[in-house]
Amino acid sequence: MTLTYLRYELLRTVRNGRFFVFSLGIPLIIYVAIAGPNANEENFEGLGLSVPLYYMVGIAGFGAMMATISCGGRIAAERSVGWNRQLRITPLKAPVYLGAKVATAYAMALLTIVLLYAAGFALGVRLPVGEWVAMTALMLVGLVPFAALGVTLGHLLTADSIGPVMGGVTSLLALLGGTWFPITSGAMLDIARCLPSYWLVQASHVGVGGDGWSAQGWAVVAAWSVVLTALAVRAYRRDTVRV
Amino acid sequence: MSNPTPTTAGPAGVEPDGAPRAAAGIELRGLVKRWRSAAGPVDAVRGIDVSIARGETVALLGPNGAGKSTTIDMMLGLAEPDAGTVSVFGMRPAAAIDAGAVGAMLQTGALIRDLTVRELVRMTAALFPVPMDVDEVMALAGIEPIAGQRTNRLSGGQTQRVRAAIALVGDPDLLVLDEPTVALDVEGRHAFWATMRAFAARGKTVVFATHYLDEADAHADRAVLMARGRVVADGPTTEIKARVGSRTIRATLPGADLPALGALPGVVTADRHGDAVILTCSDSDAAIRALLAAHREARDIEISGAGLEQAFLQLTGDDDEGERR
Repeated sequence: MTLTYLRYELLRTVRNGRFFVFSLGIPLIIYVAIAGPNANEENFEGLGLSVPLYYMVGIAGFGAMMATISCGGRIAAERSVGWNRQLRITPLKAPVYLGAKVATAYAMALLTIVLLYAAGFALGVRLPVGEWVAMTALMLVGLVPFAALGVTLGHLLTADSIGPVMGGVTSLLALLGGTWFPITSGAMLDIARCLPSYWLVQASHVGVGGDGWSAQGWAVVAAWSVVLTALAVRAYRRDTVRV
Repeated sequence: MSNPTPTTAGPAGVEPDGAPRAAAGIELRGLVKRWRSAAGPVDAVRGIDVSIARGETVALLGPNGAGKSTTIDMMLGLAEPDAGTVSVFGMRPAAAIDAGAVGAMLQTGALIRDLTVRELVRMTAALFPVPMDVDEVMALAGIEPIAGQRTNRLSGGQTQRVRAAIALVGDPDLLVLDEPTVALDVEGRHAFWATMRAFAARGKTVVFATHYLDEADAHADRAVLMARGRVVADGPTTEIKARVGSRTIRATLPGADLPALGALPGVVTADRHGDAVILTCSDSDAAIRALLAAHREARDIEISGAGLEQAFLQLTGDDDEGERR
C-alpha cells in the first residue's frame, strides 16, 4: 500500500510539468545569474569562500527550501477538490499519507540540489567527495522544518491563499537567513541564528572544511523540527471539514 | 411507480442468523451536531436515531439544509458528534474505515490531477486490504473506455463515474453516497443507479442521501425523512411516498362549506384562501369526482403533487408541535 501510493505521488509530481520545470529551473537561473559573472572571486566578502561555492549551497538550500515547502501547495490543491476527505475514508494511515508528501518534497529538493551542484561544478567548484556528501546530508536534515511547515500551511490555508503566503515566508526566511547576502554580525546575526534557513546556508561551511553546524545550529534545527512537526500533525488531524 | 427490483433485506434491526456482533449494522444514537458559522451557531443535526440493518439500502431523504450531509459526515467519522454515538458494524467509524469496510462518494469532490483514470483507481485500490479487481470495478462503473484519459480532462458525468469506481474499489460492506446524481443527466442517473444496484446485490449495505423522492422510491428499501436536523419519518419507501406524495386540489369555490369538503372521499384536510379552497388528498381521483359531483360551480381547478419541500415543512411543523407538548 505504501509503495504504490508513494509511486503515484511521485508520478504525479513529475507529470505536473509547470511545477516541475519552474521548481527546478528558477533556482538554477538565479544561481547562474548571480554567480556566473563573479565566478573567479575566490574570497567572497572575506569569508574565504569562492563566490560560486557560497551561492551554490546558499541557492541549493533556497531552492530545496522552496521545493520542500511547496508540498503545502499540493496539499492545499488536493484539499480544495475534496480529495483529502476522500482519503480519510480509506484505510490510508496518517504516517503513510504524510510520509509520501514529505518523500515527494524531498525528492524535488534533492533534484534541485543535484542540479545546483552540477551548475557549481561547471563554474569551477571543486570539493572532496566526502564534503559534497556531508554538505548534502546536513542540508537534508536542515530541510525537516520546512517540510513540516509546508504540510502545516497546506492543511491550514486554501489553494488561493497559499501561494502568496508561501512566497512571502520563503523570501523572508531566505533573506533573514543569509541566502542573498552573508550575515556576519550584529542583531541581524542574532536573529538569523534562530532561523532554520540560516543553518541551511551554513551547511556551505562544510565546503571549506568547517564543522558545519555548531551545537546551537543543531538545537535550532531540532527545535523548529519538533515544533513544526507537532503543528503539522495537529493541522492534519483537525482538517476534516468540508473546505 | 413500483419498486422495480424486490430486495431480500429483512426488516430493520432484525437478522435471522448469527451473533449480535455479526448482525450489527449501522446504529446512530441521539446524534447532535452544531456547526459554528459567521451568522452564529447552526444546529445541523438535532438528535437523530437511525438503525440500518446489514444489506439494507436506505435513503436519507430531505431538502437542502435538512442535516443529511452532516449525518453522513458523522457516520464516516469526518465530523465528531457533539452528542450521541455512531456504530458501523459494531465499530467506531474510524475502526470500520481502517478495516476497509467503508466506501463513500461525498457530495463535493473532484479528482486529483496528473493521473490516468486507471492509475487513480489502482492507487485507491492499493489503499484497501481486500480490494475489488481493478478491471472488474472499471467495468462495473462503465469507465473502461476512458481508462487511459487524464483525470483532469473528463466531463462532469465521467468524473462522477470515476468517483463511483473509487467508492466501490475497496469492496466495502457499507457504501455511502451523498447526493451522488446531482450533477448527472437522466441517462447518467440510469447508468449510475444500475452500477449501484449491481453492487448492492452483493449483500452490501448502501446509504444514500437525496432530495429526490423518486430516487428514494426507486432505489431504496427504506427512506428516512429528515428536515431541519430531525428525522420526521422512517419507513418503507411506499409508506413514505404515500405520506409525502399526497396531492392537493385547488379550486375557486366562494362560500364553500369547509367541514363538508373535508368529509369528501379522498380528502384529508380542507383549507380556505379567500375564494379558493385547498384540499389535501390521500386519493385525489376520488376527491375530484366527489368535489365536482357536489359543486358543479367549482372552477379554476388545479391538481398538483405536493412538493417534497412542502410535505417536509408540514411534517416538521407537526414534529415541533409534538415537542412543545
